[in-house]
Amino acid sequence: MKKLNLNKSNRRNYLTYGLVILAYLVLQFLGSDILKSGGVLSFTIQGMLVPICAYIVMAVSLNLTVGVLGELSLGHAGFMSVGAFTGVTAAMALQDAIPAAPLRMVIALAVGAIFAGFAGFLIGIPVLRLNGDYLAIVTLAFGEIIKTIFNNLYVGVDSHGLHMSILSDTTNLAEGGKLIIAGPMGIGGIQKISTFTSGFLLVIIALIIIFNLVNSRAGRAIMAIRDNRIAAESIGINITKYKMMAFVTSAALAGSAGALFAMNYSTIVANKFDFNTSILVLVFVVLGGLGNMLGSIVAAAALTILPEALRQFSDYRMLVYAIVLILVMLATNNPTLKSYLGKLKSAVTGKRRGKEAA
Amino acid sequence: MFGKLVPVPSGAMIPERDIDKLPILECINLGITFGGLKAVEGFNLTIGRTEIAGLIGPNGAGKTTVFNLLTKVYQPTDGTILLDGKDTHGMNTMQVNRAGIARTFQNIRLFNDLSVEDNVKAGMNNAMKYSMWSGIFRLPGYWKEEKIAHERAMELLSLFDMQDLADAKAGSLPYGAQRRLEIVRALATNPSLLLLDEPAAGMNPSETAELMENIRKIRDTFQIAILLIEHDMNLVMNICEGICVLNFGHVIAKGSPAEIQANPAVIEAYLGKQKEA
Amino acid sequence: MTFLNFLISGISLGSIYAIIALGYTMVYGIAKMLNFAHGDVIMVGAYICFFAVSKYQLPPLVGVVLAMALCTVLGMVIERLAYKPLRQAPSLAVLITAIGVSYFLQNTALLLWSSTPKMFPNFFTTTGTDGKTVTGVELFGGQLKISYVTLVTIAVCLVIMAALTWFTGKTKLGKAMRACSEDKGAAQLMGINVNATISMTFAIGSGLAAVAGVLLCSAYPTLVPTTGSMPGIKAFTAAVFGGIGSIPGAFLGGLLLGIIQIFTQAYISQQLADAVVFAVLIIVLLVKPAGLLGKQIREKV
Repeated sequence: MKKLNLNKSNRRNYLTYGLVILAYLVLQFLGSDILKSGGVLSFTIQGMLVPICAYIVMAVSLNLTVGVLGELSLGHAGFMSVGAFTGVTAAMALQDAIPAAPLRMVIALAVGAIFAGFAGFLIGIPVLRLNGDYLAIVTLAFGEIIKTIFNNLYVGVDSHGLHMSILSDTTNLAEGGKLIIAGPMGIGGIQKISTFTSGFLLVIIALIIIFNLVNSRAGRAIMAIRDNRIAAESIGINITKYKMMAFVTSAALAGSAGALFAMNYSTIVANKFDFNTSILVLVFVVLGGLGNMLGSIVAAAALTILPEALRQFSDYRMLVYAIVLILVMLATNNPTLKSYLGKLKSAVTGKRRGKEAA
Repeated sequence: MFGKLVPVPSGAMIPERDIDKLPILECINLGITFGGLKAVEGFNLTIGRTEIAGLIGPNGAGKTTVFNLLTKVYQPTDGTILLDGKDTHGMNTMQVNRAGIARTFQNIRLFNDLSVEDNVKAGMNNAMKYSMWSGIFRLPGYWKEEKIAHERAMELLSLFDMQDLADAKAGSLPYGAQRRLEIVRALATNPSLLLLDEPAAGMNPSETAELMENIRKIRDTFQIAILLIEHDMNLVMNICEGICVLNFGHVIAKGSPAEIQANPAVIEAYLGKQKEA
Repeated sequence: MTFLNFLISGISLGSIYAIIALGYTMVYGIAKMLNFAHGDVIMVGAYICFFAVSKYQLPPLVGVVLAMALCTVLGMVIERLAYKPLRQAPSLAVLITAIGVSYFLQNTALLLWSSTPKMFPNFFTTTGTDGKTVTGVELFGGQLKISYVTLVTIAVCLVIMAALTWFTGKTKLGKAMRACSEDKGAAQLMGINVNATISMTFAIGSGLAAVAGVLLCSAYPTLVPTTGSMPGIKAFTAAVFGGIGSIPGAFLGGLLLGIIQIFTQAYISQQLADAVVFAVLIIVLLVKPAGLLGKQIREKV
């Protein structure tokens, strides 16, 4: 039967689940008194819970591409965008048909994930043939293309169904029809149906998918490609297939994160999901550690809260953010510091480390 | 221990015990040209199904290029490769591995961030059939196949006395262990022909002796053919049944160890022309 | 005639992209890093020149030279403080640091100079015989209008192109730069001061960025702290498009990108221009994976 395998990577995974669940419980129930008592800080944190969940899912999904597959993607916000716009469109189109908000939200998340995953597949076909910096620049290009498309897309729904037009509104909606995506104006009048609980559940689902994928033969293949593509080919691994698997899964998760994010606001515009957002998420991933999902979660949460916590510095906060970022990168890559930390680590875990090859 | 080499209709020499079976590999006039440079030309080689064969020659002779041709890292510009009677024309590296050729590399190419066991299991990827969804939802197929993979990986590792290193990170292993792991990983792909590129590089005499034993053990246990590139003549002459000598991209001699050692062209290639007395 | 107008506009915009792309490609060639802060150095250069001319009433040429000098120093300081300590670090770490520097520059500019747009003055005007300011020439009886800004931009680009080709091909420092790009270790063993060479590369790139900033804002006068961002991304794209690490590639990529952008804006759609530019990039990379003039580096097996 199923053996509870407690090796190192599994331990880290269970720890991650545990911490996420703990954080949710703390924030949802125990903290509710403090949060409900009002005041600026509590309101701010409450408002940030859903975006934090969305950014966490963005970060772990990007980590799948950058950390596990080992390919730099600079257009991740594009998938968020696809998920946001398609998910919200679905939710708004079904507003009358399905009055139950949670169900609509689940459908929106699913729709966002499917469309974003499909976008990932289409984009992956050209992109995954390239390597390294060229792959990165093409993902950046696609991110910008997606942004431009949504900025110029008009989508409306009426009794005849869905209507679309590009560049200008020629949807010609019938009586009682509703324009959902209004080009550069984006989507307005969104019903805010995202909740912290749904965000938490999405995080858990994302973690389950990623952890289980990584700890399976597909995960080994993907990591093999990362570690040594030529060797992976030589042992019969289908490079394109596994690269695509990682990329599409990553895109789909980003799409659902986008849908969750979008339904936390009454309006979304395509420019929100631009290169800056892609870079923002990339910073979460790098700071948290490539391949380290728990690190991504902590970094995403911390770095989303940080600008808010620094609000008292008001004008200076982004500057402080930038300086902190530079200093942290310098510190974590300093060879003296790294060897010192390494010695510290082995001193602490030295007793348990009996298996290192002599 | 040694198979006596006997001729087959095509003119090649393979071990006597393999005489009734189709040779595992037949290279016919294999060659590749890079721009204007003929890196390998007119390469003919036949290897019996359980033969341990050697490919030797001075540096730059084109030995690794031959490996790269066999594994389709380069697509040959001339000639044919018949693997188990099948033409591998148009195949890519991945397909050639599935057809039955596995290799190790001159510069070790392990998956350094994966554990030793995972390196081996990566080699078994094609033998396992469960889908991505099976893995994500942990369906019964996942558990069953992973258990089998784990057992087989440990089995392969213990053949080389590496079972205790299963959880160590591949990148942290000492050099000799890394070379052995690369061989184990190649074996995990269930090949019929194993290509070893300078397996004894950087090894001391005792390690080399152990390697010789291991190579014979591999051939005897798995009943596969092995083609190795080596500079260590002691190793080559002791375990190879048939040896092919390359120089400047051409075959200059083929035969048993004794024949090769006595061959003047071979001596000249390695040591230079004998001075007129 | 309109076609020619657009072509010249495209070459002009392309020249600006080319000058910016040079900074990206030279730094990538020598340090193997993508300097995301480069676009913001352009912005800084433009601001320096703006204040030199409008606040301190300095002559425009002095303003430009001042901007070049200060940006050169800025580039070298950034390299020494933020990038040099990370020479041995994985390239992703340097990338994130570069992003940090970019945010730093943008936010410092925001604090110092606020987000209120500054209108960059047009230096390239003469006074006509009737006393009115003339901003350009008119050919073919008024059908072809070329502004002085456009002419100067293209001329400057050509001069830089010639100068850099001479520099990298004929001078000792230029050859040192090429050597470091190929193999830092070997260059060091040959007695080349690699640190100084890298500093010099950043210096040149940043100095050129200042020039690009002045030219950019002469053509598109609105100046805000984020002015350098999109041109930076586009120029970076141009550098990759032309083959990252290749100086002729940066010129070619920049010019083509500018031409494609202008033509798309003119003949297809203003709003879709960006998407088309990036789509062309993708198509080119699919056909030539190392860029137009890039070298395909084969990994030795």
